[in-house]
Formats: sequence, C-alpha cells, structure tokens
Amino acid sequence: MTRLSPFRIRQIVRKEVRQLLRDPRSRPILFVAPVVQLLLFGYAVNTDVRSTPLAVLDLDRSAASRELVDELVAAGYFETVIQADRPRELVEALDRGQALIALEVPPRFSRDLASGRGAAVQLLVDGTDSNTGTIALGHARRTILAYSLEKGGLGESLAIGPRLEPRAWFNPSLESRVYNVPGVIGILILLMCLLLTSFSVVRERELGTLDQLRVSPVKPAELILGKTIPVAVVALIDLALITAVGTAWFDIPLKGSPLVLLAASLLFILSGLAAGLLISTVSKTQQEAFLTMYLVLLPSIILSGFFFPIHSMPELFQWVSFLNPVRYFLEIVRAIFLKGAGPVVLWPQFSALLILGTAGIAVAIRRFARSIA
Amino acid sequence: MSRRRLFAIARKEVIQLARDPRSLVLAFLLPLLLVLVFGYAITLDVRDIRLAVLDLDATSESRRLVDAFAESGYFSVRRRLERYGDAEPVLVAGQASAVLVIPRDFAADVAARRGAPVQLLLDGSDANTATIAMGYADAIMSGFAADVLPIRDVFLAVEAETRVWYNQTLESRNMIVPGLIAVLMSIIAAMLTSLTIAREWERGTMEQLVATPVHRLEVVFGKLLPYVGIGLVDVALASAVGVFLFGVPLRGSAALLLAASVLFLLGAQGLGIFLSAALRSQVLATQAAIMVTYLPSLLLSGFVFAIANMPAALQVVSYAVPARYFITVTRGIFLKAVGLEALLGSLIGLAIYSAIGLGLAARAFRKEIA
Repeated sequence: MTRLSPFRIRQIVRKEVRQLLRDPRSRPILFVAPVVQLLLFGYAVNTDVRSTPLAVLDLDRSAASRELVDELVAAGYFETVIQADRPRELVEALDRGQALIALEVPPRFSRDLASGRGAAVQLLVDGTDSNTGTIALGHARRTILAYSLEKGGLGESLAIGPRLEPRAWFNPSLESRVYNVPGVIGILILLMCLLLTSFSVVRERELGTLDQLRVSPVKPAELILGKTIPVAVVALIDLALITAVGTAWFDIPLKGSPLVLLAASLLFILSGLAAGLLISTVSKTQQEAFLTMYLVLLPSIILSGFFFPIHSMPELFQWVSFLNPVRYFLEIVRAIFLKGAGPVVLWPQFSALLILGTAGIAVAIRRFARSIA
Repeated sequence: MSRRRLFAIARKEVIQLARDPRSLVLAFLLPLLLVLVFGYAITLDVRDIRLAVLDLDATSESRRLVDAFAESGYFSVRRRLERYGDAEPVLVAGQASAVLVIPRDFAADVAARRGAPVQLLLDGSDANTATIAMGYADAIMSGFAADVLPIRDVFLAVEAETRVWYNQTLESRNMIVPGLIAVLMSIIAAMLTSLTIAREWERGTMEQLVATPVHRLEVVFGKLLPYVGIGLVDVALASAVGVFLFGVPLRGSAALLLAASVLFLLGAQGLGIFLSAALRSQVLATQAAIMVTYLPSLLLSGFVFAIANMPAALQVVSYAVPARYFITVTRGIFLKAVGLEALLGSLIGLAIYSAIGLGLAARAFRKEIA
C-alpha cells in the first residue's frame, strides 16, 4: 500500500464533521440520547428481588400469624399489596399479576403452633417470571425456616451441626445494577458506532457523491479512516460521558485503573466501528444497511452475556459469542469496575478486541477499494 | 372510506411484496428464525455453577460434602485449589463463580458437634447468579447437616408448603419464549412497514398514488392490511415453534392471542409508517425507529427485568412501551390461561397504542401528500 497522506485524511475528517453536525436534529442523538438512555435503562436493569408484591390471606388473624407476615415484610424482600379475605382473591391477584407470591395462613395456625403438632402455611408463587420466582421463593423459605426454628426452640441444636457461611466478594450487598449498568454502557456505545458508520459509505454511494470522491486523489484507506476518526471521537466522548454519569449517578465503584478502562474502550470502539464499516461496505443501499444493522444488533445484545449468562448457553452459541466484541467488552468492564482486575488477567479479552477491530477495518477497506476500483 | 379502494391498495401492496421475494422471505422467515435461535440459545436457569474447591481437611467427611455439591447438578467442580490465596485470583479471572473452602478441622468439628463452619466465597459481581447459587448451596448444606446430625427428623414448627403456579418447574424457557415472541414482533413490525413508504418514495410511485382519488385513511389501512396479515402469520409460526419444539404450554385461548396480536400489530406498524413518513430522511427515520422500539422493547417491557423492580417513575414510563402490554398478554395466555377479564387492562393499553399509531400515520400522510 502506498503511503497515506495525513493532509487528505484531515480533509475528509473536516468534511465528515461538518456533515455530522450540520443537521440540528441529529445533534441531540449524538450526545444527549446516550445519557438519557443510560439514566432510563440504568434504573431498569435490576434483577434484585426486593419488595416482591405479596398477597396475604390470613385466616387465623392471631398474633402468631401477624408475626410471621411481619417477618416476611421486615427483611425488605416482600411488600404486602393485598390483604385477601377469601382464597378466590389470592387466585385473582396472581392471575392478574398484582402479586407475584401469595401466603395463605390456615385458620388453625396459632393453635397448631402452640400445641406442638406443627403448623403449616401455604406459599403460592407465580412462576411466569422464573428468575424472580426462584429467588423470591428462596427468600420466603429462609424467612419461614428461621421463624420456625425460633418458635421450635431449635436455634441451638442447629448451631452444633455443619453450616455454610456464604460471603459474596466484589459486591457484598449483591446489587445487580452494579453488574448490569456496564452492560448498558457497552450496548449504547455499540449502537452509537453502528448508527454512525453503517450508513457512512452507502449514503455517499446512493447520493452519487462517491463518484466525486473517486475522481479526487483520495485513496480508499484515507477515505475510510477519515470517515472513522470523527465517529471514534464522538463515541469516545459519549463513552466518557455515560461512564461518568453512570458511575456517579448509580454509585458504581471503579476499583480498577481508569487507564485500563480507557484502553479497553478504545479497542471496543475500534471493533464497533469495524462492524459498522463492514455493514456499510457490504450493503448496496441504505435500506440494506439498515436491515443488516437491525439484524446484527440483536445477536450482539442477546449473545453478549448482558442478561443471559454465556456459560449457560449451548456450546455452539458459546462459540458464536467469541465473534461478538460486546462479550469481551462486558467481561473487561465488569472485571475492571468490580474486581479491580488489570491487563495481567484481561489480556485475552484485550487481544480478542484488537484482532476483531483491526481485521474488520482491514476487510472493510479492501472491500471498499475493490468496489470503487 | 370505500372498501373497494381499500382492497385495491391492499392488493397492490401484496403484488408488490410478491415481486420482491427478498423482503417477503425476510418478513416470514426472520421472526421464525430468531425465535428458533434465541429460544434455543438463551436461558436464565442457573445450572452447572463453576465451583473451585479448597479442601484443607481432606477427610472422607469433607469429600462427602464436595460430592454432595457435585452431585446436586447445580455445581460443577472445575478446579481444586491448594492454598487460600488461590481463591482470589480464580474469582477475579472468572475461572470459577464460587469457591468452597473446607477448613482443616472440618471432620473433627463435625464429630465433636462443635458447629463446623464451611465457607462459600461467591463472585458477587454477578449478583443474580450469586444469589441463586447461595440458595442452592444452603439447601445442599442443610441436607448434609441433616445427614450427619443425630437428630434424624428435625422438627419444624412451621412448614411451608410451596406450590409454584403457571410454570411448575420454574424453567426460564417458559418465561423467555412467550416474551421473545412479543419482543421480536415489536422490533420487526415497525421495521417492515417503515420500508414500504420508503419504497414508494424511492421508486417515485408516491406521486402516482397522490394523483388517484384514494383517501389517506384508505392508503394507510390498505398498506397495513397485508402487513398485519404477515405479522399474524409470524406470531402463529413463532408460537408453533414455542409449543412444539420448546414444549412451552399454550394454556389459554389461541384466538385471544391472535386478536391481541392484531391490536398490537396495527399500532406497531402504524408507528412504522408514521416514522418513515414524518422524518423524510431515511437515516433519521431508522435512528428514531431504533431508539423508540429496540432497547425499550428489550429493557422496559418486563422481558428480563421485572417491571415491579423498577422505580415508580420508570414504571410510569414503561406504560408507553407497547411491548409491555403485549408481553403481559402472551405470558398470560401461554402460561396462566387467563382470559379477557384479567387481560383487559393490557388490551386497553394496546388499543390506545394502536389508535395513536394509526392516527399519527394518517396525519403524517396528509402532510406528506399536501
């Protein structure tokens, strides 16, 4: 390849920056939309099962039954939303989704408890949302078990047996937002990169301005680089902006080094831009680019480990996910933020991003060079 | 509105679609393919949690405990550690999600009934997996304790009889597939119609359409009809895949599901027409379409992240996301077998949404033509 001219690249960059900022309607999309989306979605990506809506049918109405309900509510895992009078109301509450869990205390509860015969309560769980169901059920069972041991005077005899002492590292209060907000950041940046680059080449082609560029002395690589640099700058500003907002607003600790984070971000933006440029050079029309982008985005989100854990997927899809830059970015960002990990641990993910990014851009330049030759 | 002109527009649209096999294949196969792939690929079930074991006791007792973890099906022992210091690097590098630490005097403590503590170190960064792993470990440990303790039947003062409704095995696939159908349709529906207006402009046939005596409502509805038909076929195909391939039960009324789908599709596709007609630039239209449909449908619909967990303000925002209603409807019909009465709220939500979508489409069209 002949040498690239910094002057010509700069000219293309200037042209692209003007085009980017010319339409006043697109300016908010560049810098405001990502922040707004982060704030919205940052609140949404929460799998902590707290304050699960609870429907209670207390047929006993005794001090003991009230104590049990209070225990359930006191830990913060449940919130009584419905006090039912008849079993029928419990069914309705679950059917309508007003409550996700229902507790039925039978009429003889306190008498059975006092007599030492052993009492029983019924828990009905809405399993539609399997994740919330599993966790809420666990909380309820533990609370009732503790209540039961206390009432049965068994607290001591269990202390003599083997017991488990769980300790959660990196995130002792087990808040899911801390894990998921970096995921939102990754997706938003990928979206930005794709939106801004997928159309870049194909639009010139449709508008016919590509021919003008072709007769100019600009080389394909210079054109691609010139188109990419402004987008990379925009994406980097966005990333800095939403990382700052995300960490400050949602109280996410950054345990690792900001420099490592910056390096990872640059590599990720590189691979995001490569994906967008590939789409743009493969497509013949803007519509085609749009469709391809639409289709690429979905697997990038779903097979990234953002909300569906990768190690639970069938082998084949775990392999496919190796081609997904978001996967590596998420692994890196989560490890830097929460575990304070550095390049010593994360070098495989860094190299993967580097390879995906440079290979993608190289292929895009070659395809583009061939198509205008 | 004349029925003849309406159907004429619809016929024209069908003929045009039939001549463009690529978009036809896309419209029919895409949702099917995506449900197939993602329904198979994604699960929220936490199984085979990667466990590293540091057994400092190395007695038959400690090995029994490790076996109890390994045989539970929830944990798979991936690594054996030698020193306590190894636990941290293993968790930092993500080679294991949890480390089981059995201290040196475990067997002796168990025998002496001194209370033998066992540590479980969890990678808390993935809070969801950690919470679930903790629950499983707790259960395994209680089983182990009941085995080695002399008190055979630990008397429980209160027993909790639990019953899980709608999804007895708490399998995540039953939750994901109906949700996936709704999310995919939200993402695809607007895309399909936003292309049809763009096509008219591109080929210059819009002017011809304007010159004919058709009313704008006739144009909007005529264009929508074939796409609503396609969308319905898509929903039916995707549901069939869910039921026959993934074994997701369809307990409620299929007719109600289709009726709700019509409401939903009218709105989503009307919105697609509005976006492409209102924002003349294709790039802007697609950017707007993606911002409006893509991430909100995934994140604010209750697909994975329960709406009940969101702050009140965001719950209010979620009322503006049509996928929210559609997911309530698909899950309700598939799993809960609920009828019109329980779904009324969501259906009204969908009806309002489609009225807005269609209204916007008709208005944008008038401006376009004028």
